[in-house]
Amino acid sequence: MEALYLLIPLSLLVVGFAVWVFLGAADSGQFDDLDGPALRVLHDDDAGSQ
Amino acid sequence: MSAVLAASDCFHCGLPVPPGGSWEVSIDAVPRTMCCPGCAAVAQGIVDAGCASYYSTRTQFGARAGDAPLVPPELALYDEAPAAAGEQASAVFSVEGIRCAACVWLVERRLARLPGVLSAAMNVATERLSVRWNADACKTSDILQALRQVGYAAYPYDATSHGEHLEKARKKLFRQLFIAGLSMMQVMMYAVPVYLATDGTMDPAMTALMHWASLLLTAPAVLYSAQPFFRGAWNNLKQGMPGMDVPVALGIAAAFGGSVLALLRGRGDVYFDSVTMFIFLLLASRYLELVARRKAAQGLEKLQHALPASALRMPAFPSARQPELVAAAQLREGDMIMVRPGEAVPADGVIVEGATDLDLALLTGESRAQPRGPGDEVPGGAVNAGQAIVMRVLRATRDSTLSRLVALVESAAQGKPQLALWADKVAAWFVAALLVLTVAVFIGWQLVDPARAWEVAIAVLVVSCPCALSLATPTALAAATDRLVRRGVLVVRPHVLETLHRATHVIFDKTGTLTVGKPVLRHVGTFGCADRERCLQLAAALEASSAHPLAAAIRDACPAPALHAHGVTSVMGQGIEGTIDGQVYRLGCASFVAGHGTDTGGMTAVYLGDGSAVMARFDLEDALRDDAPALVRQLRLSGREVILLSGDQQSVTARVAAELGIARAIGAQLPADKLAFVQQLQAEGAVVAMVGDGINDAAVLSAADVSFAMGGGAALAQLSADCVLLGGGLAALGDAIGTAASTLAVVRQNLWWASIYNLVAIPAAAFGLLNPWMAGVGMSLSSAVVVINALRLRRAGA
Repeated sequence: MEALYLLIPLSLLVVGFAVWVFLGAADSGQFDDLDGPALRVLHDDDAGSQ
Repeated sequence: MSAVLAASDCFHCGLPVPPGGSWEVSIDAVPRTMCCPGCAAVAQGIVDAGCASYYSTRTQFGARAGDAPLVPPELALYDEAPAAAGEQASAVFSVEGIRCAACVWLVERRLARLPGVLSAAMNVATERLSVRWNADACKTSDILQALRQVGYAAYPYDATSHGEHLEKARKKLFRQLFIAGLSMMQVMMYAVPVYLATDGTMDPAMTALMHWASLLLTAPAVLYSAQPFFRGAWNNLKQGMPGMDVPVALGIAAAFGGSVLALLRGRGDVYFDSVTMFIFLLLASRYLELVARRKAAQGLEKLQHALPASALRMPAFPSARQPELVAAAQLREGDMIMVRPGEAVPADGVIVEGATDLDLALLTGESRAQPRGPGDEVPGGAVNAGQAIVMRVLRATRDSTLSRLVALVESAAQGKPQLALWADKVAAWFVAALLVLTVAVFIGWQLVDPARAWEVAIAVLVVSCPCALSLATPTALAAATDRLVRRGVLVVRPHVLETLHRATHVIFDKTGTLTVGKPVLRHVGTFGCADRERCLQLAAALEASSAHPLAAAIRDACPAPALHAHGVTSVMGQGIEGTIDGQVYRLGCASFVAGHGTDTGGMTAVYLGDGSAVMARFDLEDALRDDAPALVRQLRLSGREVILLSGDQQSVTARVAAELGIARAIGAQLPADKLAFVQQLQAEGAVVAMVGDGINDAAVLSAADVSFAMGGGAALAQLSADCVLLGGGLAALGDAIGTAASTLAVVRQNLWWASIYNLVAIPAAAFGLLNPWMAGVGMSLSSAVVVINALRLRRAGA
């Protein structure tokens, strides 16, 4: 059980890291368009001239 | 792939190619038929831009390009002052007509090939396009023009005037929601072991560790994510009007504060898991509501394009009359402008010179053109149906009547329906009673067992947190609004869903709401020994090149006549005459053909004659909308009386009604008659829902308890309608009625659930029967049930 004294503070750090990653992603516009990338991936730019 | 094509359909937009149409574009070396010059030009533009693979990868047809000039000269108005070399410009455009993945690719690809464009990124969710370009190599109009050439109408997007504030709010709320969710999940992980541990299996130090970790994670949820509630509560208190945010904020603060206190004192229960879950669920419902509102705002934004983009200003008016083309947004008070026939008035103003008829349908619903002369005021958005006029601008476009209507619609959409107001009021009383009860319980326990008084008081507050009550209505309404917007129903006033559900009578106030508004050939009657098929051929040949709507109906009935007419001349308002196989034929009204007249039973008739005798009569009538019979049946099955109240002749009205099975049909009604009829019904206790086409008498629509306007952008401005059916489908109305019923059912279920839960849980907590985890789980569960129940509305039939 003593391991928990280490693991719980560690889990707090992990959560903090997750929040930091999320805020970074939100700031860089990752969540602005949730539909577009799914459509865009269907197109291979090299196929433009066939 | 759903873009499957019949051989006779337009390759670009998938619509049928009209007979005689001969537009072709060679795509990947295969000639393809097009339905109109617009589509042909767009397809050619796409091929020329080297983007022909759009056609092989698309999953939806393109939008029909139409006959409007492909690249209107007004685009140049969007250009700013010439920039210095090397300077970079960037702008956001709102693009219409994005339908599938290939569209995104096409738009970005086309712009990437435009000289000077540095980057172009399409946001599919918001239909916005962000472009960066070199200001010296390329102009705004070049970008708009390039987009038009490949078939997309784009407009510079003015972030300040549109729903941008909603977008900002959405982003912030999304972060708050995410933080709350993360904190909720993590706190739950620390809470569960404490709940599961029976006495003695977990030492106090470990419990304290779990609690302190929970506190650390709950703090961001309370201090950051719960901000909207605290701010709302503070605003409510400042205005002296306690709304739902007050009890919510109080609940969060009490549970959090009590838990912190218990933790510091080392005894008592903590409710961190309940607090975070409460915040998360409430935020989730708010987020849903905001997303639904943003969609409505996007619909309104499209309406604003109804404002003319340009105006003809005459800077040196009486002395010189040379007009210059300027952007309507640049008009200032006092400017002299010219409005040509057929153009829309760009801003409110006073006529200085010229008399004309103005079509005010967009603004007042009055469908007849109104005569106006010098000195009369003219509202922006009216259409000049007569002569060219010169007018002085009274108000800049931004403040013009139509703009103000849009603003009104926007603000109305944020109002609260009666039901939500009622729930708020009940919840406010509930909270007041609860606070009194909590104090009473606290005092009671002080007398019985002082050690538990604090703990029990908090348990009462937490377990009863009025979240189920406060979530019940808004989540259901948000989910319903979202579903309706997706179905093309724009709810302008908040009371629509409730009133619609109560409606006892549904009145269609125009025949045109049930019909397509385009005549089709119903019947061919022949006289003497004339052959029906031959008569149809003759008529179709005569009408082959006529633009008259009746001609189109006859052509549709006989798409490829084997005959050909020579020397076709048309007599205005009478008919046409032409020579076929050496014989002169006339097609038109009875007197023009032979002076023959019979009753046509509510249809319009066209006669064919060979100069000596009438050969045939073509009965044409307006076809019913495909979805009309199903809607009327649905309305009648739901026990509502359907009435057709029309300005058309009784015979036409009766025929449409009979075909649809409408029992009451009253024709030849003037607007005043309609109004009297509706008021009479209401006096008898009826709740009247009215469906108009948006270009109708405003008084009747606003007199009805709930009103629908059909149609696109024009009808949206119809101030007197409570609801707009975008896209003009009648099926959407049926869906709205269904949604109204299920929304109210869900709200009722939610309120019942919340009431029963509170009736059981509060006494249990007050008597100290609830463990801490029971209180927390009970409260969270009650909120979750309410939210999930509301979300059913969103999913149903979507």
